[in-house]
Amino acid sequence: MAKSKPRVKVPKSADKDEVITIKTLISHKMESGQRKDKEGNPIPRQIINKFTCEFNGKPVFSCDLEPAISANPYLEFSARVPESGVFTFTWVDDDGSVYSKESKIKVN
Amino acid sequence: MNITRRQALALGAGAAVVTMTALPRLSLADTDAVKAAIDAVAGGATPEVANVTLTAPEIAENGNTVPITVAIDSPMTDDDYVTDVTILAAGNPAPGVATFHFTPMSGSAEATTRMRLAKTQDVIAVAKTSTGKVYMDRKTVKVTIGGCGG
Amino acid sequence: MRKLPGLLAGGVVAAAMTAAGGASADETNLPSIDGVTLQTRAEAPEGHPLTEIISGFEFRTKETQALELDDFNNPGFLMVELGEEAWSTVEGTAGKSCESCHGDASESMRGVRAAMPKWNEAAGRPFTLENQINACRTEQMGADAWKWESDAMLGMTAYIGLQSRGMPVKVDMESGEMRTWWEKGKELYYTRFGQLDMACANCHESNYGNYIRADLLSQGQSNGFPTYRLKWQKMGSLHRRFKGCMDNIRAKAFKRGSDEFVALEAYLAWRGQGLSVETPAVRN
Repeated sequence: MAKSKPRVKVPKSADKDEVITIKTLISHKMESGQRKDKEGNPIPRQIINKFTCEFNGKPVFSCDLEPAISANPYLEFSARVPESGVFTFTWVDDDGSVYSKESKIKVN
Repeated sequence: MNITRRQALALGAGAAVVTMTALPRLSLADTDAVKAAIDAVAGGATPEVANVTLTAPEIAENGNTVPITVAIDSPMTDDDYVTDVTILAAGNPAPGVATFHFTPMSGSAEATTRMRLAKTQDVIAVAKTSTGKVYMDRKTVKVTIGGCGG
Repeated sequence: MRKLPGLLAGGVVAAAMTAAGGASADETNLPSIDGVTLQTRAEAPEGHPLTEIISGFEFRTKETQALELDDFNNPGFLMVELGEEAWSTVEGTAGKSCESCHGDASESMRGVRAAMPKWNEAAGRPFTLENQINACRTEQMGADAWKWESDAMLGMTAYIGLQSRGMPVKVDMESGEMRTWWEKGKELYYTRFGQLDMACANCHESNYGNYIRADLLSQGQSNGFPTYRLKWQKMGSLHRRFKGCMDNIRAKAFKRGSDEFVALEAYLAWRGQGLSVETPAVRN
């Protein structure tokens, strides 16, 4: 399949210790391993199985995903922002590919 | 209006179903796989049905993409915060859906995702806190199958 | 509250659901995306077969509607971004990108989707957006044509379509031989096909607002295409949806891009005139 593309939505600035909402989406078919092809052979599972969000290197939120997560996995969660810095988002594919994205935020 | 015997029976059966679904939040009908999955999170403790709010549509227009939100009432401080929340789909081929891992940096124990439901079933959220408490909530989502596809 | 089939959907039995007519379009109750109002209901002009023209949006649950009303939540934007990248990517022997000729898509492509399909004099036939894109690629760029249902084509039609979002569908049926194609599309719309012996009109004109098994029937409007469908778990073209309907009635479907489907697209665009372009819409 085509290379997965992540999208994230993070506010550009926040007040100190404000709790912000983060939205993430990545293009991925999330092949469940339950389906069969036209010849009746099972289509092997291939999913994004892990997502992590770190802020300035410290863990904020992570998620283990199973095949029951919809195609183009969407995750929305919150984060407390103690200082200006960088959010790092990482998605891990069953095939070993790792997709990541960064987003800066400034504390007013 | 005259009610025939057949209609009366049908009404009775309907009422019985309503009563049954309204009753047990900790459903006795869970399969072994679902019970095992709950146990795996709860570590043997019996989850308390409290503090967790699971939001999902009553009727999902398509089982491929069902939005769900879980929110846990927690101070989210270094001393007391929600560590993990596991989402289970009781009627899917495999019950596991996702496990969210929170930290005090999360600010609030709330997450939203979109999931697949193979049929009408219960969605379950089991939450564990840093102080060893285990909470849960469950919600029935009806999934419409057998219409037009295309 | 608006009288919406979509909101009433929860378990209401078919017979009670011919609700669609009656309620008039109330500007203040119309949905909007980032301040752009979507005309999801429009008054049917005289001689139109429908009493009121209603977008498929109105037949969906609030959860599905919510996906369309937020551009971040809408998974169709993954495709839009693909199209946006392709817009400025040089391809082909002429060393050109779309941008080389058309500049800023938000200006040059505004209104293009709303007027499709459109008569093309050189080709002597109506052009859908896909036809126009491939004509540009093969004739101007010296690049290969894209397949109708390829990600590249869906991305580009979604990206170009988005530039018309909120604008009313308005097709020119007077140019060239558009009338003839319209007639052909109309004939197809009312012709019964397949083992189930059904025409488009059986579901989408006579029974919109009613359930067929578990599905709430819409008017089958085309204003949101290409559309991200929950069932497909990806974006798809209008012709893919046509094929799906034909498969459902157990008919042998026409090919994507065939004269039949282009004629039907032209006729459907006319039936939906006045509705806002919703590309990329989200449907079930």
